Amino acid sequence: MKPVDAKIVEIVEESPSIRTFRFDVSFDDALPGQFVMVWVRGVDEVPMGSSYLNGITVQKVGDATSKLFDMKVGDSVGLRGPFGKGFTLPKKDEHILIIAGGVGAAPLGPLADYASECGAKVTTILGSRECYELVFEDRFSSAGELHITTDDGSAGTCGFVTTVLADMDVSVYDRICVCGPEIMMANVMKVLQEKDALDRSEFSMHRYFKCAIGVCGACCMDPQGLRVCKDGPVLNGSLLIDSELGDHKRNSSSQRVRV
Amino acid sequence: MVTITGIDFKNPTMLASGIMGTTGASLLRIAGCGAGGVVTKSIGPEPKAGHPNPSMIELECGFLNAMGLPNPSYTEFDNEMKIVRSGTDVPVIASIFGGNAEDFVKVAEGLADSEPAAFELNVSCPHAEGYGATIGTDTCMVESITAAVCDAVDVPVWVKLTPNVTDIKAIGKAAQNGGADAVVAINTLRGMAIDINSGYPILGNRFGGLSGPAVKPVAIKCVYDLYEALDIPVIGVGGVSTWEDAVEMMMAGASAVQIGSAVHESVDIFSDIASGIDLFLQDKGYSAVEDIIGLSHEVF
Repeated sequence: MKPVDAKIVEIVEESPSIRTFRFDVSFDDALPGQFVMVWVRGVDEVPMGSSYLNGITVQKVGDATSKLFDMKVGDSVGLRGPFGKGFTLPKKDEHILIIAGGVGAAPLGPLADYASECGAKVTTILGSRECYELVFEDRFSSAGELHITTDDGSAGTCGFVTTVLADMDVSVYDRICVCGPEIMMANVMKVLQEKDALDRSEFSMHRYFKCAIGVCGACCMDPQGLRVCKDGPVLNGSLLIDSELGDHKRNSSSQRVRV
Repeated sequence: MVTITGIDFKNPTMLASGIMGTTGASLLRIAGCGAGGVVTKSIGPEPKAGHPNPSMIELECGFLNAMGLPNPSYTEFDNEMKIVRSGTDVPVIASIFGGNAEDFVKVAEGLADSEPAAFELNVSCPHAEGYGATIGTDTCMVESITAAVCDAVDVPVWVKLTPNVTDIKAIGKAAQNGGADAVVAINTLRGMAIDINSGYPILGNRFGGLSGPAVKPVAIKCVYDLYEALDIPVIGVGGVSTWEDAVEMMMAGASAVQIGSAVHESVDIFSDIASGIDLFLQDKGYSAVEDIIGLSHEVF
């Protein structure tokens, strides 16, 4: 598909460096965890997990996101998607644990909405460095129980999401859905592995994307060659054992770089 | 089984260059999906980030891409080659590029100790300035680069040709005169798409190369012409996504087919196509795959 013209209809400041952009285009068939390619014309095209059917939640990190942050309501971008494989959809009476770190909350927001709407029980651990960087606090708390952690202790438990996770009995959860910074996800994976819950866990990965449609191989992970853009971005935790998660990734030249 | 330039392939399907060929792990995955051979991403003398995104879009008739030869350079790719070589018996062909004969030789020599089954010279990428088709449209450059790499390595050298020329046979002959063991045809056709909402060309590089179903008839014609003009094998690539496409390409003269964009549908396409070809041969009473190679030249 060619990019669809999408006009910005609303901008919400989630934190000083994180904003939600809502568009006049809605991807009604997008599943929680799928992503769209956001084309900031003349700059770059970058993958973003859908945080709403018609929205993305973005941290300002590079050229494309910086340009996006300069945009106003009425400006437009090109959107392609939804792409990739999302989270397993929760069913009525299931109990899921959501673990979100920073802007990693973006693809988990719609999962929390979906779960509570379908009658599944939701528990969330939401972490960030400081209290003002917490994303979708209200959204997660309205879906169910919410544990907050901050690195500096400015809200909730002082520490990391793993601080809370370590003390949890995770055997009660049908699935554990994770998205956040890579080191956080690697640490969550270690805890879940110790708790023998990895096969019930799903991680939303991020890697450098080029084609975004499963052809070029730029986002393939070691050692199985899984394409994050097509086989993922959501991958079962059991597929990530002894993988590059938490160790290395590829840059735009496909050189190995430390995470 | 099929033998091309002295290399045995368990079936006549190969992964085309530029598709899932950047890491040893992804090449191993494709080898495990039944490909008879795998060709790496084109590797050059220096690390290259490629063009800005969008770098590939799906159109109604195929795919348009302008990756821009992203690669980690031969020094870093050597390790990926070792990973794939040590993990499979499937032949691994190293695709290489450079701006001149010295570059090509440097990259080929740099990758030689990882023992690729062959080298495929990319003189055909349509959208990387100073590389690819800039060289591959010039018969003298094609011949001299081919000769230089053939002198430098002791494995077969294949040359991948661009269709963006007036007469692909002349370029094929130049490769043959330079000592090429086979030619591979075709690389993508130059193309472009424009976003009518803004006037922006969609690809970050503005233009790129067309692949997929739309280019198959062009590839069939190029393979047909090269088969007549050359004494060396022709490997067919361009729009193959079914076993019928593969058979058609082989009847035009291809000794084997490479598959690229069709991986989009499924990575299992290699074993699907290979078994489809086998069933076709059985049904039609052919004794070997060689019976259909170039068949369309013999029916008159």
